[in-house]
Amino acid sequence: MIAEAGLAALWFAAAMALLQLASAALGLRLKQDELAAAVRPVAIAQGALAALSFALLIILFLRSDMSVLLVAQNSHSAKPLLYKFAGAWGNHEGSMLLWVTVLALAGAGIAMFERKLDRATLIATLGAQAFIALGFYAFLVIASNPFTRLDPPALDGMGLNPLLQDPGLAFHPPTLYFGYVGLSIAFSFAVGAMITREVGPVFARAMRPWVLGAWIFLTIGITAGSYWAYYELGWGGWWFWDPVENASLMPWLAATALLHSVNVLAARDGLRAWTLMLAVVAFSMSMLGTFLVRSGILTSVHAFAVDPTRGSFILVLLAIYIGGALALYGARVGRVKAGQPFDLLSREGGLVLNNLLLSVILGIVLIGTLYPIVAQAMGQQLSVGPPFFNKTTGPIALFLVAAMAVGPMLRWRRDEANAILEKMTVPAGAAALVTAATFLAADDASWMEIVGLGLAAAVAIASFAPLWRRNLLRTPLFTWGMIVAHFGCAVSLAGMAADSAFTSERLVAARYGQPYYVGPWRIVLNGVAPVVGDNWSAVEGRVTAIRSDGGTPLLLTPQRRFYASPPTDTAEASIRTRVDGQLYAVLGAQDAQGRWQLRLWWKPFVTLIWFGGGLIALGGALSLIGRISRERRSVRRREEAE
Amino acid sequence: MSMMIALALTAGMPVDLGYAQIPDATKEAQAAELMAELRCLVCQGQSIHDSDVDMAADMRRVVRQKIAAGEKPSEVRAWLIERYGSYVTYDPPLSWATAPLWLAPLLLLAAGLWLARGSLRRRRRA
Amino acid sequence: MKRWLLWVPLIVFAGLVAVAGSRLIAPPDTVVKSALIGKPLPDFALAPLLPAKPGLDRGDLATGKPRLLNVFASWCVPCIAEAPQLMKLKAAGVQIDAIAIRDTPQAVAAFLARHGDPYARIGSDPQSQVQISIGSSGVPETFVIDGQGRIAAQHIGDIREEDVPKLLKALEDAR
Repeated sequence: MIAEAGLAALWFAAAMALLQLASAALGLRLKQDELAAAVRPVAIAQGALAALSFALLIILFLRSDMSVLLVAQNSHSAKPLLYKFAGAWGNHEGSMLLWVTVLALAGAGIAMFERKLDRATLIATLGAQAFIALGFYAFLVIASNPFTRLDPPALDGMGLNPLLQDPGLAFHPPTLYFGYVGLSIAFSFAVGAMITREVGPVFARAMRPWVLGAWIFLTIGITAGSYWAYYELGWGGWWFWDPVENASLMPWLAATALLHSVNVLAARDGLRAWTLMLAVVAFSMSMLGTFLVRSGILTSVHAFAVDPTRGSFILVLLAIYIGGALALYGARVGRVKAGQPFDLLSREGGLVLNNLLLSVILGIVLIGTLYPIVAQAMGQQLSVGPPFFNKTTGPIALFLVAAMAVGPMLRWRRDEANAILEKMTVPAGAAALVTAATFLAADDASWMEIVGLGLAAAVAIASFAPLWRRNLLRTPLFTWGMIVAHFGCAVSLAGMAADSAFTSERLVAARYGQPYYVGPWRIVLNGVAPVVGDNWSAVEGRVTAIRSDGGTPLLLTPQRRFYASPPTDTAEASIRTRVDGQLYAVLGAQDAQGRWQLRLWWKPFVTLIWFGGGLIALGGALSLIGRISRERRSVRRREEAE
Repeated sequence: MSMMIALALTAGMPVDLGYAQIPDATKEAQAAELMAELRCLVCQGQSIHDSDVDMAADMRRVVRQKIAAGEKPSEVRAWLIERYGSYVTYDPPLSWATAPLWLAPLLLLAAGLWLARGSLRRRRRA
Repeated sequence: MKRWLLWVPLIVFAGLVAVAGSRLIAPPDTVVKSALIGKPLPDFALAPLLPAKPGLDRGDLATGKPRLLNVFASWCVPCIAEAPQLMKLKAAGVQIDAIAIRDTPQAVAAFLARHGDPYARIGSDPQSQVQISIGSSGVPETFVIDGQGRIAAQHIGDIREEDVPKLLKALEDAR
């Protein structure tokens, strides 16, 4: 009965979404206050029903109910509890249900907690949210019902792909969904505001927490995904400009731009039309990303369950939502009043530059990712990869980082060039010093690596400038958030530049007991032994590494694994982390002379890349907490005054 | 002493450049940079530098042998493009078909500046 | 700001959807064609793989008569699938030479004994150097070579029943 109850809850949730959309539309159109008043409770009911449906699906997975097709196909009674749980969204149907559940809960959250936004815009926003949810409900009940029964029931499930049994992978997709849903809420706000034409600081403050929240999750998702690819794929790289990676980067770029422009709108009532545009773009990029990943129209190194039919469904939804919003934009934004004026040299000016550069990077990534398709239509087969993206986005990103050093020091409305130059003395000095030192130390480093390290130093110092002559305890939490996030960017950039400039790679046909050298390490392959795992067998290299300046030896155990079903062989890299970098070893095949292929890397400060990513997300979280608590306080104060 | 014996032993062994580096570090660096931008033709979006499959090793061998023999990376790249077309490189060579791609960053920057400038000026007048 | 500018995003987006949609209708072509079609074969000389069969060099392929050059391997499954078609082509009087990729004499001898031997010559390409030099990216592939040693056409993947007449036609055209 649980499966039937789950399906019923899903249908009711869909009905609520329809009701929510209808009462919002009619309420606003006919100026019927009673109808409009129904929108909030209906949104809450929709959230509750969707959550119930998803909870029932989780129960089915936890109970390993093999009479349900989805459970039989994706789970197994002997699986660890965590993977039974994660199995609920580790498949297409379940992940769609999770998606729409988070969306419905977000709508319920707005209905319950949003107090300041004007009523009409709020109703319109919830109407837009219901419209988006409806598309996904339709998709679920028509084409991807997660509750379909299997008659007769299976004896046991087919299990989950062993390669996907990884805690990181269990929580990677939900992280991205939270991000995408957050952007869809920002999109709903933008649509609501375009309908009522109430675009101003109040609207910006209502939308901002959702943008921030989405951005935090996207940051975590990209950082974790990058590290996962780094240790799992086993060739020492952490970013390949692969279509799937670009698909996750594009919404992040748009969200980052939106995050900054929404601040201009909230603080200075500027960039009205542009902020609306970005909200639409950010959501469209998240849907486009989902489409690219699921439809399989681009070849990627990252394996995904690909299905063109589902891809076309997502494309249709994309066309309806984004096309509709952009048409609304064309028709309405001309009549949205222009925002406040400002000088070029001002905080607003800095943020406009940030938005300009981020948008250009976004445009390049989008064009570069899709260009092979366009070229093929012109009869040309070509590949667009790292050299193109590095050459084009690299300089722009460095310029953006330079602007990031200066931006937070600028005052709103207008600032003096002399004052800025004075404040920039220390960071600029540090940049010059580090640039010169790198230039002398690494004679074969490229200009981007050298400048990158210099700028990282400048931003690392400059990011703390907003604290200058300020009481640290009374500095608002969101200012701390900005500082931490900007500092995180500097840390991450330093990691990228250091890895790119100083990595040493050694490829050896190793004999037992013979020393090989990589970076400061002396490496010896002591032996190769067979090991057996749950569903794989492997040969494992026993490698010891000693630093040339002494210290305890490290043991590395790279493996070549053979999985029986499906028959695959994979290289499991062995990675040892030190304060100043990572040692990375991969075992290859044995040659006719009995030597083993050993690939070794010493990657100085590479961990800073993901550590910086974590700091960026932490900064976002601090900022979010700071913003929400301030909003709360101001709402309370207003209520007390009344 | 043991070092010398080891050297003597390895000297007699054939070195397979599909899986081993060129002894000359400068040439190996050139080869590595080139291999990172050459597409493995039988893989799903990997460079030959990163791929494990035999075909990638065969291509690495060709690249390393040619570089070790003194060819310039650009010559090796051109040699491969002559055989496989632009598909083989992740760095699309400039042609009428790729001109829009390479011009896109500049056009986007110009459009962005124009848009930002226009709105700044309008704001000042307001 | 000019009013028409506000409609630019919608137009750009429509283009985007069109590009994505077109790719859904016509899925990506993952086959990598040789860029040497219409050009002369590069110079090469491959040692024989089997004692009873001569090796292969460029001169063997420019004898004034069009012929097929089959790139194959005993470890390649689709090569088994195309073996009967190659035998049919041989029966139709077509000269077929081969390049064996990363292979050993024992394995190839067993392969030919089992699936038939359509080849006049077999050159051994243990590190696929010649394969790369003619722009072939996998096995099996079949090149149509004209009388002057130029690559007239390339067939990628196993030869199916319906491909046999096409190859015969290509050989005729290469005359």
